[in-house]
Amino acid sequence: MPFFFYAFAAIAVIGAICLICFRNPVNSAISMVASFLGLAALFIGLNAYFVGIIQILVYAGAIMVLFLFIIMLLDLKAVERRQRANPLFLLGGIVIPLIFIIQLCAILPQVPNQDSEPLALKEAAKDFYDKDRKPGEQSEIHQSLEKGSLPDVHLVGLTMFGHKGDNSTIKTPGYNFPLQIIGVLLLVATVGVVALSLKKRDSLPENSEH
Amino acid sequence: MASLQEYLFISGLLFAIGLAGVLVRRNIIVIFMCLELMLSSANLTLVAFSRFNTGTSGLPDYNGQVLVFFIITVAAAEVAVGLAIIVALYRARQTVNVEDLTSMKG
Amino acid sequence: MLELLGWLLLLLPLFSAAVIQLWLKEMPGTAVSMSILSVVTTFLITLILLAGEDTSAAINWASAGSFHIEIGLLIDNLSKGMMLVVTGVGMLVHLFSLGYMKDDAAKARYFGGLSIFMFSMTGIVLASNFVMMFIFWELVGFSSYLLIGHWFQKDSAAEAAKKAFLVNRIGDFGFMIGILMLWGLFGTFAFAEMADGARALGPDSSTVTGIAVLLVFCGAAGKSAQFPLHVWLPDAMEGPTPVSALIHAATMVAAGVYMLFRLQVSAGALLFEGFAGTTIMWIGGITSLLAALMATQQDDIKRVLAYSTLSQLGYMVMAVGLAGDHGGEAGMFHLYTHAWFKALLFLGAGAVIYACHHEQDIWKMGGLLGRMKKTAITFAIGTGALMAICPLSGFWSKEQILEAAHHETPALFWLAIVVAALTPFYMTRLFIVAFLGQGRSRGAKEAREAPGIMLYPLFALAAMSIIAGFPSIAGKLSPAFHHPEHAFNPTNPIFLISLAALVTGIAAGVLLYRGRDSDPLADNPVFRIFRNKFHLDELYLVLVRCCQDAVAAVIHFFDEFLIGELIVGGLARSATGLGNIFRRLQSGNLQGYAILFGAGIILVIYLTVFVR
Repeated sequence: MPFFFYAFAAIAVIGAICLICFRNPVNSAISMVASFLGLAALFIGLNAYFVGIIQILVYAGAIMVLFLFIIMLLDLKAVERRQRANPLFLLGGIVIPLIFIIQLCAILPQVPNQDSEPLALKEAAKDFYDKDRKPGEQSEIHQSLEKGSLPDVHLVGLTMFGHKGDNSTIKTPGYNFPLQIIGVLLLVATVGVVALSLKKRDSLPENSEH
Repeated sequence: MASLQEYLFISGLLFAIGLAGVLVRRNIIVIFMCLELMLSSANLTLVAFSRFNTGTSGLPDYNGQVLVFFIITVAAAEVAVGLAIIVALYRARQTVNVEDLTSMKG
Repeated sequence: MLELLGWLLLLLPLFSAAVIQLWLKEMPGTAVSMSILSVVTTFLITLILLAGEDTSAAINWASAGSFHIEIGLLIDNLSKGMMLVVTGVGMLVHLFSLGYMKDDAAKARYFGGLSIFMFSMTGIVLASNFVMMFIFWELVGFSSYLLIGHWFQKDSAAEAAKKAFLVNRIGDFGFMIGILMLWGLFGTFAFAEMADGARALGPDSSTVTGIAVLLVFCGAAGKSAQFPLHVWLPDAMEGPTPVSALIHAATMVAAGVYMLFRLQVSAGALLFEGFAGTTIMWIGGITSLLAALMATQQDDIKRVLAYSTLSQLGYMVMAVGLAGDHGGEAGMFHLYTHAWFKALLFLGAGAVIYACHHEQDIWKMGGLLGRMKKTAITFAIGTGALMAICPLSGFWSKEQILEAAHHETPALFWLAIVVAALTPFYMTRLFIVAFLGQGRSRGAKEAREAPGIMLYPLFALAAMSIIAGFPSIAGKLSPAFHHPEHAFNPTNPIFLISLAALVTGIAAGVLLYRGRDSDPLADNPVFRIFRNKFHLDELYLVLVRCCQDAVAAVIHFFDEFLIGELIVGGLARSATGLGNIFRRLQSGNLQGYAILFGAGIILVIYLTVFVR
């Protein structure tokens, strides 16, 4: 396991470094995909399958395409300048993250350095056992856990939408309301993007023939 | 399996690299990518804490993962709006170089 | 029912004034009838109220916690009698004005002004508390300003209006402070509650109380034109003559006396013991003497009457200041009789001026007795009443004042006797010069009797001047009247002394002025001082100019350098300087901001995590 961790962590970090080092933004975007893929792998290594898949789908998929599309649309290669960055900014850009990492290293030893045990799925299954049902008709979660696999999506869903039953250890009111708000946010973002992208003819008379 | 410390370190490292990118790069799209990287590194922290904070049942704390879900959603919306703004900006100024965008100079 | 009539009495003139001002300015005929209708109605209401009970009404106007300001009516004997004077004289003056102002271009404005004056004066008289009285006090000053300045095209009229307003403001400022001090002492503005407040006051506070009363008197001194604030009243004669009769002889100038007496009645005569009362009565006495002296050398018929008004007002104020032995009642009684005969004199003078083609100099009149018999006879009646010839109305009230003065302060009594000798002297002079002998100008030779609409008010006022003083009538109509314990006694030494003063004055006047064409005393240096009004106007002018320049210089320095340069300018400059320093930070470069932001975050992490 540590091998996979180090491998994917290396992919993520190298991808990130490439992201800031490539001069061509297209290369940067590709590096970011690599970095995000590594990150997704780390998520999966943490038994967070659902989040990992979402990471791949949303970031490596949708957002990346969006970035590439915009880069292509604006044809930025010609725009990028050859001149060096302001040395003061370069210095600040290196020193500040360095100090940040030093601070992180200083504080990390205070975190309990535990190696995670493999999840005890069979024991957890007991918490999802419904006494009112026959053994063959138990919930998906219970059945999966009995079989020794983590029903990650079900558990995320359970947490997100809440659980009213009395036979489970996970009893949350759920995140229904924030979920609605997020929906509205997405809608507003959609409308906003459309509004921003509309070409105002009178404000740009030189582009009006396009 | 790796320890919590290692995950947090990787997360911090990614965050620092993202920060460095924001501070050093002058292409606003790349700056934007670095911002996304910083957001994702925060997600890694959340997921790691979720995994290592096993409850009484021995399962990960899924509240953290729900939060990550929300962050990804908001980030998606943010990317869409942000890129739209960049396009509008480019239309107006014909540049994506932040050194040319100094109209807020006092 | 009576309250309703009271409100109607107060608001009817306001309604009339508002309607005239808003809609009737182009329709003088309608405006005049509106104004006259309103004043006649108020007179009738006053008569009904006079027959009715005492009553009071109030609506809450503003309150903050336990602090209340009311708009209220206080209808008692005092205000009813005063209202009779106000609406009675007011009505007659309105009627007289019909004739006098017949050809005036701005008739509607004039009658609107009269209406707003009637409203304000009614407010003062009926006010149930000091705040309301103060409001109407100011309104009266405002309407007086309007009416003095009616012929504002004339510079002198505009100046006089301004002067009246400003001098009144000086007094009103003191009045306002006085009201607030009295409120602090008594805990109330309402007249009805003042007696309790005054009773609760310990003897220790008599100095403060005295100062408060004196400050209130400042207001009275301004409005009633007492020395040293008397200078506006003679100038106010620039207004139309009926206005002088109504405002500057009968009602508004008497408001100060009325207010003082209202305070005296509400809070008790004890308030006027001590230095406050002494000051008030001496100011009254001095005003009366100075004004009488100045009146002896005036040539303008209206100015003679104006100074005579001043003199009589001084009498009233003196009487109110005497307080003890029913001096206040005597003062109010004199106010009431004076209102009739002085309005008569002014309207008579108005008729004469009208007949002589707006000639006001008495030396250019003469021989009017033959040509304007009715006017002259009514004028003679008024003169007699002013001289206090027995049994005309002025006699009774003046006798009471003299009696009160004699009882309280002999020095003031002798001062009053001197005035009582001067009054007949200058009135004899006026009458002889203006009405007897030969006409000395074309206007006087062509004078004809005034039209009926101007004569009838004169007759009515003459009748009141004759009968108003009789104790049986005065007891019913006068705002305040003290029935003397003993009936009138011809052997009373006070009567004899005042009779001697009267005879002396008339004799001197007759001897000096009979058959003269110019003033024999004009070259006398002493009398020249009187003619020049003791140079008070010039003195004030110099005083005001010096003070004003000095104060203005100080204020200018303060304003220009201390506030303008140092504070305002300094603040602005320091803000600009700071801004110039900080704007360097605002490079507008996004990454510069980001670096500062990152450094800040690192600092915050350091402070929150590593520094414990």
